[in-house]
Amino acid sequence: MLAKRIIPCLDVTAGRVVKGVSFVELRDAGDPVEIAKRYDDQGADELTFLDITASSDDRGIIFRIIEQVASQVFIPLTVGGGVRQVEDVRNLLNAGADKISINTSAVLNPQLVADAAGRYGSQCIVVAIDAKRVAEGRWEVFTHGGRKATGLDAVEWAQKMQQLGAGEILLTSMDRDGQKNGFDLELTRAVTDALEIPLIASGGVGNLQHLVDGVKVGGADAVLAASIFHFGEYSVQQAKQFMAQQGVEVRL
Amino acid sequence: MADIAVVDYGMGNLRSVQQALHQVAPAASIVVTDDPLEVARASRVVFPGQGAMPDCMREMEARGLREAVLQAARNKPFLGICIGLQMLFEHSAEGDIAGLGILPGKVVRFAHDLHDVQGRQLKVPHMGWNQVTHDEHALWDGITQDTRFYFVHSYYVQPNDMRLVQGTSCYPQPFVCAVARDNLFAVQFHPEKSADAGLALLQNFVSWNPV
Repeated sequence: MLAKRIIPCLDVTAGRVVKGVSFVELRDAGDPVEIAKRYDDQGADELTFLDITASSDDRGIIFRIIEQVASQVFIPLTVGGGVRQVEDVRNLLNAGADKISINTSAVLNPQLVADAAGRYGSQCIVVAIDAKRVAEGRWEVFTHGGRKATGLDAVEWAQKMQQLGAGEILLTSMDRDGQKNGFDLELTRAVTDALEIPLIASGGVGNLQHLVDGVKVGGADAVLAASIFHFGEYSVQQAKQFMAQQGVEVRL
Repeated sequence: MADIAVVDYGMGNLRSVQQALHQVAPAASIVVTDDPLEVARASRVVFPGQGAMPDCMREMEARGLREAVLQAARNKPFLGICIGLQMLFEHSAEGDIAGLGILPGKVVRFAHDLHDVQGRQLKVPHMGWNQVTHDEHALWDGITQDTRFYFVHSYYVQPNDMRLVQGTSCYPQPFVCAVARDNLFAVQFHPEKSADAGLALLQNFVSWNPV
């Protein structure tokens, strides 16, 4: 049967992998190419790179990183951050990315998702959604790294993105991101049940049981985590072995 | 003359295919080309594809590649990948269009209401690492049964002649994910994105000498 995917996420700025709590207190985690190779060796199913570079001057760095990783690592690579037009999608694909993640620009210009999917296929378009709980059973979409409220309902927005051609949804709980107390399972379940396309759960992983819960309780098709892998708490291999013991189908 | 031509008809990124081939055959000359003559001259041909099959067929025709692909599929080691597998068949439900018709059969979509044994809905596209059960063929050398490969697709092939089938996977019902005939081999998954298992298959392809 199809395995649930474990996806280490690398937030990249100024050529380094960093990780912060709610986008502040950035901590250096190392060289992106070395880290990517390490996770590949450990059996990661995919890798996601988010370019969180603030300055447009440094935007070329991510292309060089992706080129280097793609020549050495033969698993799917997703790249996101600052994708504003179809040309950005093309350039990242040409650098070696397999999927492109679109977040803020999807809200500002939903047609971008339709155009990019129409041109390059739904299989390479991931829409990333940052959602914050605003009421019982209701989550709102935020953009600009979680700083701007949009008024959009996360479940409805995910469905609209599917309709426009997204091949996959990367869902991050703003409330849980960096908190290490587990995914927002209710949010995960609400969105995945409303979709026909796969859902990647993100935000809040602090231990291996959280990964299992994301799949078994939240219903995610893939789970994404950063800091538990970056700072050596667990290897990807350990995570997969634990998940397999808990009855989750994984690629070992 | 190139050792390996990767057929490029403008549908997305073929760099990963090229890089994976380079990894397993560092001494080989590998060209990514939309030139029918280069395809005709190459010793081996890789025919990839991603996106929607109607777009792939249209772009391939627009570049005048049909004859070169048909010829290559008849007379030299030929590897189809993903949509490059689907295009070999007679008809696809995606856009209700004709394929190249090299192999008898059709391309159909996964049903909209698939469920696993626990009753949970299965997503489409079928995306991720799934196990492949395979027959005896040179391209599977050294690859154990039920090895996982990386898939991403919503449609799959249904050959009319089951002797073509070289591999199957399950989602949740068995579906054909590899076919072969003479000098031709084609897979639904992406060997270039399937880590060591995929590289092993590509390694087998670059040294394959079909009779």
